[in-house]
Amino acid sequence: MILIFNKGMNTNMEKDTQWPLWEIFIQANPGIPHKHVGSLHAADAEMALQNARDVYTRRNEGISIWVVEARFIKASSPEDAGSFFEPANDKVYRHPTFYKVPDGVKYL
Amino acid sequence: MQKDEKVLLEEFQSKIDKGVKIEPKDWMPLKYRNQLIRMMSQHAHSEIVGMLPEGNWITRAPSLRRKAILLAKVQDEAGHGMYLYSAAETLGIDRTTLLEQLHSGKAKYSSIFNYPTLTWADIGAIGWLVDGAAIMNQTALAKGSYGPYSRAMVRICKEESFHNRQGYEIMCSLAFGSQEQKQMAQDALNRWWWPAIMMLGPSDDNSPNTEELMRWRVKMESNDAIRERFIDRTVPQADYIGLSIPDPELKIDEATGHYKHGPINWEEFFNVIKGNGPCNKSRLKTRVDADRNGKWVREAAEAYAAKRVIRDDTDF
Repeated sequence: MILIFNKGMNTNMEKDTQWPLWEIFIQANPGIPHKHVGSLHAADAEMALQNARDVYTRRNEGISIWVVEARFIKASSPEDAGSFFEPANDKVYRHPTFYKVPDGVKYL
Repeated sequence: MQKDEKVLLEEFQSKIDKGVKIEPKDWMPLKYRNQLIRMMSQHAHSEIVGMLPEGNWITRAPSLRRKAILLAKVQDEAGHGMYLYSAAETLGIDRTTLLEQLHSGKAKYSSIFNYPTLTWADIGAIGWLVDGAAIMNQTALAKGSYGPYSRAMVRICKEESFHNRQGYEIMCSLAFGSQEQKQMAQDALNRWWWPAIMMLGPSDDNSPNTEELMRWRVKMESNDAIRERFIDRTVPQADYIGLSIPDPELKIDEATGHYKHGPINWEEFFNVIKGNGPCNKSRLKTRVDADRNGKWVREAAEAYAAKRVIRDDTDF
């Protein structure tokens, strides 16, 4: 009898279980952000890291890997994108090009 | 406010026309979603089953160099399967279901992997012809409209080129070797040529849905167009190593400048797809056994993960 926690795992004992899904982020070189590359299944975080290394960095594509269990990611929804991002639409004054720089004035 | 289906469909089409990728949470027609699940899962299954004919020769590769290369190639195929399964999952189908569909025979995989690898030259022929044909198809698919699929294809295409070259290198060694080796290479070409030509799919007049799939950029080019390009590129490669393509009717069409091939035995193709190829049963059995024999390992890993959660000794 195997103890299975209801932690994103399938609790149905009859059916074969599916390990949790992890989203994989890889930093290709120092000084640049980690970038999403795909996902994979793994029983725990350590296995997710090892699998991510084997699946996504077989040709030195990365120097650092982040794994995040997919169920912890909350994403904005495309249908609401219009209203969700609307507040930024009428604030042109946030961009330097909004301002007039007097002729002859430098270093602004 | 709920937009009606007609407006959504127009917005969807206009995004595709502008070259904007469709992402998992975006609205998409059910038919688009289902077609992609079907294509991507078939593709993923092909990568996984595709490991079997080549895996057959890992222990018997003729040198350590060849063995290391073949191991790396087969590992790549596993990786490609993983990229594609995870991309397919973004469409709302889970991994367990995908695997069940493969194991029950409900889902298909490429017909080519139901042919046996009888000699070492077959490993050369697979890399040269099968991966060569796959690259033609995949470079087109990398430009497709569904973001996760297209991104997976870009990665895969980058890796396939080594597969193709190592196969041709094997063919070169054999073709420029002893008379027996050359004969072995020719024999492999004879057996793999037609299956490779066929794996690019039925001819256009026998391929329904193509128009809509092209409009949605699920399919980028017709099967016959891809097949023509594959033949145009491959024939000179065969000429260079002095092997002859087993198609007596193959010749350059003066009007178009492209090669014209002889009639394709589509009966054989559909027969293999239906499950009656030389290796269909053993390929499927190997996969089902692997899944069944790996079950206790998966359960053990889960039990271990659960125990670590209880003890709270995960090293985050």
